[in-house]
Amino acid sequence: QEPQASGLPEYIKIVEVGPRDGLQNEKVIVPTDIKIELINRLSKTGLPAVEVTSFVSSKWVPQMADHKEVMRGIERHPGVQYPVLTPNLQGFHSAIAAGATEVSVFGAASESFSKMNINCSIEESIEKFEEVAKSARNMNIPVRGYVSCALGCPYEGSIIPAKVAEVSKRLYSIGCYEISLGDTIGVGTPGSMKKLLEAVMKEIPLSALAVHCHDTYGQALANILTAIQMGVSVVDSSVSGLGGCPYAKGATGNVATEDVIYMLNGLGIKTGVNLHAVMEAGDFICTALNKKTNSKVAQASFNTGTI
Amino acid sequence: SSQNVVPTPVKINLINMLSETGLQVIEATSFVSPKWVPQMADHSEVLQGIRKVPGISYPVLTPNLKGFQAAVAAGAKEVSIFGAASELFTRKNINCSIEESLERFHEVMAAARTANIPVRGYVSCVLGCPYEGKISAAKVAEVSKKMYSMGCYEISLGDTIGVGTPGSMRDMLSVVMQEVPVGALAVHCHDTYGQALANILVALQMGVSVVDASVAGLGGCPYARGASGNVATEDLVYMLNGLGIHTGVDLQKLMDTGTFICNALNRRTNSKVSQASCRL
Repeated sequence: QEPQASGLPEYIKIVEVGPRDGLQNEKVIVPTDIKIELINRLSKTGLPAVEVTSFVSSKWVPQMADHKEVMRGIERHPGVQYPVLTPNLQGFHSAIAAGATEVSVFGAASESFSKMNINCSIEESIEKFEEVAKSARNMNIPVRGYVSCALGCPYEGSIIPAKVAEVSKRLYSIGCYEISLGDTIGVGTPGSMKKLLEAVMKEIPLSALAVHCHDTYGQALANILTAIQMGVSVVDSSVSGLGGCPYAKGATGNVATEDVIYMLNGLGIKTGVNLHAVMEAGDFICTALNKKTNSKVAQASFNTGTI
Repeated sequence: SSQNVVPTPVKINLINMLSETGLQVIEATSFVSPKWVPQMADHSEVLQGIRKVPGISYPVLTPNLKGFQAAVAAGAKEVSIFGAASELFTRKNINCSIEESLERFHEVMAAARTANIPVRGYVSCVLGCPYEGKISAAKVAEVSKKMYSMGCYEISLGDTIGVGTPGSMRDMLSVVMQEVPVGALAVHCHDTYGQALANILVALQMGVSVVDASVAGLGGCPYARGASGNVATEDLVYMLNGLGIHTGVDLQKLMDTGTFICNALNRRTNSKVSQASCRL
């Protein structure tokens, strides 16, 4: 297959968010050693980036209370990035002290979501991130920016693409090397994804864009396909589709890394990732969490014994 | 392919509810021997029992002339026949070669033509076979062309085990479209590997405008125990609505129908849209 002939990227970077975004949205608190084991297994799959933990107050996110231990406990494989979330300067310093070499900041395209989530306006949040970005620049630490509610908000409903573009541009201008556009409640469709990207691509270079799609309405792979058809070459996903949706009880959240890789393999797009190894890491964490995988590829493969 | 045999009144109610959603085609039943498919033993009662809404088509499967005649006697106005792009699959499923299976259909086609009954053709295993593995696009095109030439007005290309991806879908369609006009093509994608909507999107981008789906994603995959099969109509309609593509289908009524049949079958829906929208 010739991805270039079809206008698709030759290579797609997968950013694995299972250990952070995934586990954060799972009900069961996972022991530190299991988290470390999961990350170590993911490090061996060929994934170029694994989001490790979040340096946020344990009062708000108990699942991530062991951030220091996890950061210090994991194996660091050459060629793999290990970003961590740092909501403010305090979290940033704590992250660096624990050995972090890349950080992420989370903005939102919705004022209501920003207020409800982190109790401040979008602009106030970006001012905090600017402090983080300044310190990070001084220490040569790359910063990734996330924009939540890019295709819809649980409080405001529809979100205008121009607003997402504006917030993305702010994050990019304070020094984020990459902006991950998050369909936080999974309501997006190929139609809204296209409109979103057209707006954002006017402000941010394509190579600095990533998509973070949720599969709550089953649209994630179709949305990701749309994004890569438009030239996006960085995709976030979560092993086993870890992480439900806190806004729709019982519904799924993150798209499963296995299902994304299966699709990219079928398109002849390189990822460097070994699908079988990811499925095994997924099997490990699902067993530890005593839950069924959200990955259809894993479900189908374990039942037939084939990929 | 649900485990327990569904009572006839439940089937009839399901079809009647689907008839209220705006769907224009509802596959009602299969005139196949109850020995092979016990679930469809009540085919005549179902076809005779449903409310036939004007403007809606209720095709039924007819594997041979006997089935066709029984279908017509029960009031069928459209029938479907099933071919496959895999020799091994055909042999295992109906104990003959592809060529032999198509010959059997000649009788059905002749009778259908006489009775002015449209025939839809299905081709299974278009993106992979549980026995043969990879399937060549050329073979799919060959079988499709034969069925189209025999008189099928539409050919539904089935990714029977759901292994297809947007890449293989694109490759297969580009070859098939050289033999069958795109206006006569439909896609029947299974979601066993989560690829269905992405595959359907590619098919739409290439000009296909007929898509098969199953309310609540009913129907597992007999080749991968516990895995899903058909793509959920609700999830498909959600995507098409988002693309601004007109379907005429009322998503809420469709979801209500899905809720009905899942309750009747005592099982959870396979539709993510339904799961997400239910805030219980």
